[in-house]
Amino acid sequence: MIPALEHIPSGCAAAGIMNKSGVCISGDAIMDMMSVMHSRSNGLGGGFAAYGIYPEIPDYYCLHIMFDNDSAKREVDSLIEENFITERQEKIPTRNIKEIKDPPLLWRYFVLPKPDKLVAKNMDANDFVVRLVMLINTRIPGCYVNSSGKNMGVFKGVGYPEDIGRFFMIEKYSAYIWTAHGRFPTNTPGWWAGAHPFSILDWTVVHNGEISSYGINKRFLETYGYECVLLTDTEVIAYTFDLLVRKHGLPLEIACNVVASKFWKDIELMSEEERKLHTALRMTYGNLLLNGPFAIIVATNNYMMGLNDRIKLRPLVYGKKGDFSYIASEESSIRKIENNLEEVHSLVAGKPLKVEVNKDVCA
Amino acid sequence: MSVLDKLLPEFFIKVDRELCIKCGQCVKNCGFSALMQDKDKNVKPIHEKCVACQRCMYVCPTKAIQVINFPGTQKNNEYWKPEYIKNIKKQANSGGILLTAAGNDKPYPVIFDRLLLDACQVTNPSIDPLREPMEIISYLGEKPIDISIEFRDNKYVLKDKLKPNIKLNSPIIFAAMSYGAISLNAHKALAKAARECGILMNTGEGGLHRDLYEYSDNIIVQVASGRFGVSPEYLKRSAAIEIKVGQGAKPGIGGHLPGYKVDDEVSSTRMIPKGTDALSPAPHHDIYSIEDLAQLIASLKEATDYSKPVGVKIAAVHNIAAIASGVARADADYIVIDGFRGGTGAAPTMIRDHIGIPIELAIAAVDDRLRKEKIRNKVSIVAAGGIRHAADMAKALALGADFVTIGTVALIAMGCTLCQKCYTGNCSWGIATQRPDLVERLNPDEASKKLVNLIRGWSLELKEIMGALGINAIESLVGNRERLRALELSRETLDVLGVKPAGR
Repeated sequence: MIPALEHIPSGCAAAGIMNKSGVCISGDAIMDMMSVMHSRSNGLGGGFAAYGIYPEIPDYYCLHIMFDNDSAKREVDSLIEENFITERQEKIPTRNIKEIKDPPLLWRYFVLPKPDKLVAKNMDANDFVVRLVMLINTRIPGCYVNSSGKNMGVFKGVGYPEDIGRFFMIEKYSAYIWTAHGRFPTNTPGWWAGAHPFSILDWTVVHNGEISSYGINKRFLETYGYECVLLTDTEVIAYTFDLLVRKHGLPLEIACNVVASKFWKDIELMSEEERKLHTALRMTYGNLLLNGPFAIIVATNNYMMGLNDRIKLRPLVYGKKGDFSYIASEESSIRKIENNLEEVHSLVAGKPLKVEVNKDVCA
Repeated sequence: MSVLDKLLPEFFIKVDRELCIKCGQCVKNCGFSALMQDKDKNVKPIHEKCVACQRCMYVCPTKAIQVINFPGTQKNNEYWKPEYIKNIKKQANSGGILLTAAGNDKPYPVIFDRLLLDACQVTNPSIDPLREPMEIISYLGEKPIDISIEFRDNKYVLKDKLKPNIKLNSPIIFAAMSYGAISLNAHKALAKAARECGILMNTGEGGLHRDLYEYSDNIIVQVASGRFGVSPEYLKRSAAIEIKVGQGAKPGIGGHLPGYKVDDEVSSTRMIPKGTDALSPAPHHDIYSIEDLAQLIASLKEATDYSKPVGVKIAAVHNIAAIASGVARADADYIVIDGFRGGTGAAPTMIRDHIGIPIELAIAAVDDRLRKEKIRNKVSIVAAGGIRHAADMAKALALGADFVTIGTVALIAMGCTLCQKCYTGNCSWGIATQRPDLVERLNPDEASKKLVNLIRGWSLELKEIMGALGINAIESLVGNRERLRALELSRETLDVLGVKPAGR
């Protein structure tokens, strides 16, 4: 259940690996990256996002859901049965380890929206899935959808990331993008749904920082139909990218100019056309500016992106070797698994660094 | 005159004979003729005429003069306060309506004073506004729901044209105060300061004097129920147009500028005969419904080629959320909500003191309602009425307002001491008067400098508050109720405000 508290500020470690040719690697590497940043977490949350892990069933939405109890699951099951064609469903395999105590029920469903439901609601499949995720998160007590994209999944919970990884046996999955998070929530007990990554459809976000503008980001998103219930500021970031990029069709880099907007002093120096664009962005989406310290790694099936707040109040480092790109809170994390880097540098304040997978990887 | 006709003076003027150098400054400066000099130049007070405007105390070179509350007392009574007794006697004499001016001064609870702002500690850093950019630019007008972009000549460009918006360097607007109610020099000071600060001043309902035409980029012109001074030229000489439906100090009633304040200049600016009372009807007689308002908004937009925002000013009344929603849907580009502490040059005392609701509740209710209806982007919300300092402003913004207006604050910066006698036309400070001898006391350049300083001070304070909150753009403050906490407010009030109690 949701603990009796409101939103949770957090510190944290973040890391990501991507292979642009789509070569899938086991979760060991990302576990290694996280292990050197152990002290950035405090054992109250860890998690992983993995892309390309369900190649045998890539066209189905995979819902990773956690349940506090059987009755919550029964309610969700009937909701899913009513709205989706279920190709497969199963318990998410876990390993019993002493560090992970009292886990919720963890289940995954491979589904497609029923065509007649889409017609009845006049919605596309993505919108339908988003709506159902919101419905489950807000209306059914004791269950949360951790991820809802295709050929990807989020594995997260209360514990150090290394322990969460062992618990979910992530070494058995192979992915071409991995992101991970170790959490240091400062003033609350951690809870399973509050761990990172946060996700909607195939968007995942891991975040180090605290969003001081959370109150208005949340209220702004609510007017566009997103309901924030996970009590953690990072949740708004996932929904923000979904709204701006998927729903409003903005290019990712333009969306980044919303969440880390250009300063007015720089906008004034732009050409007239650019000035018009950036002024319009701030006027329209000013409430989605993520204000306060953040370093985030955003991933989808097609790319991985690192971004810092516009005055760079959190660390984030990029490294590259061959087809592999790395982003992490600390350079040590990258060097732990690849010391022979072709390129390594810190991210610039407010400037996104996006690495894309080759076109043929993800059609 | 029978003793029954007599009223005890409210104030008592003490002149220290030893300190007084008989220079006569106090006598010359008193706009209310409450001081005289006898043949030996001794200063003689007429206590009954004193309104405690304090001008004499400010100008006296030796501080020989003091205005105090009339020391003669009535038997203490917590219920029948001296004010009520005096008012009853006044009405028994006159059979008229009690008049007053400035904002509601009654001891209702002040919600602003029960709200506290947040600050960063450890988990997120506060930001130092002296070292980092701190952005308080705001745009007044309708914003789109989304924007579309195209990739052209190797870069992204905006596809749509946005509705007209006005850029303000600070989220502050000088509140509507009409020429007629206040002097031309006061209007000039406001316009000059608005231009220098990159903000806006509002003409109020008295038209725009031609001397202010040069400031048109920083002027909101009002269209009120009396339609004073409204012409195509007037509409053109503005950055924005505002339909005044109501005023926080006197919701539901009109206005009355007494004929003795209508001199040649006021007469030509307002387009009414000299010396006649300027009566604003309670409602606009072409607006009896929301659809009528929509038509007037459309007409004004049509008349100005859709080149500027058209706003609507309404008083904060019980059903404000639904009304504001209707106004937004009637295609207003901004809504001014004037709370029950809002000022006035003249209002019936009973109306001013007993009608309306606090601005804090009104902003919260309106912001919530517009968000719930998904039309918040259609309008800017301007909070008016009783904003006293930069922290009130920050709280109003956090509750959901995009801008605040300041009227009383601006007057005080120009000298006003809140004697609440604006309607007499005798303002000793040259503000709320048209008497040439008084008006000339207010130097527009000097007063404008005061206003500029004030806006600068508030802007700096706003930036300090934002820095403490760990945010560096005003877009992250507006509507961010998460950063407010309430001290000792009822659960219902918290619910309306959308604010958590302190400690949670």
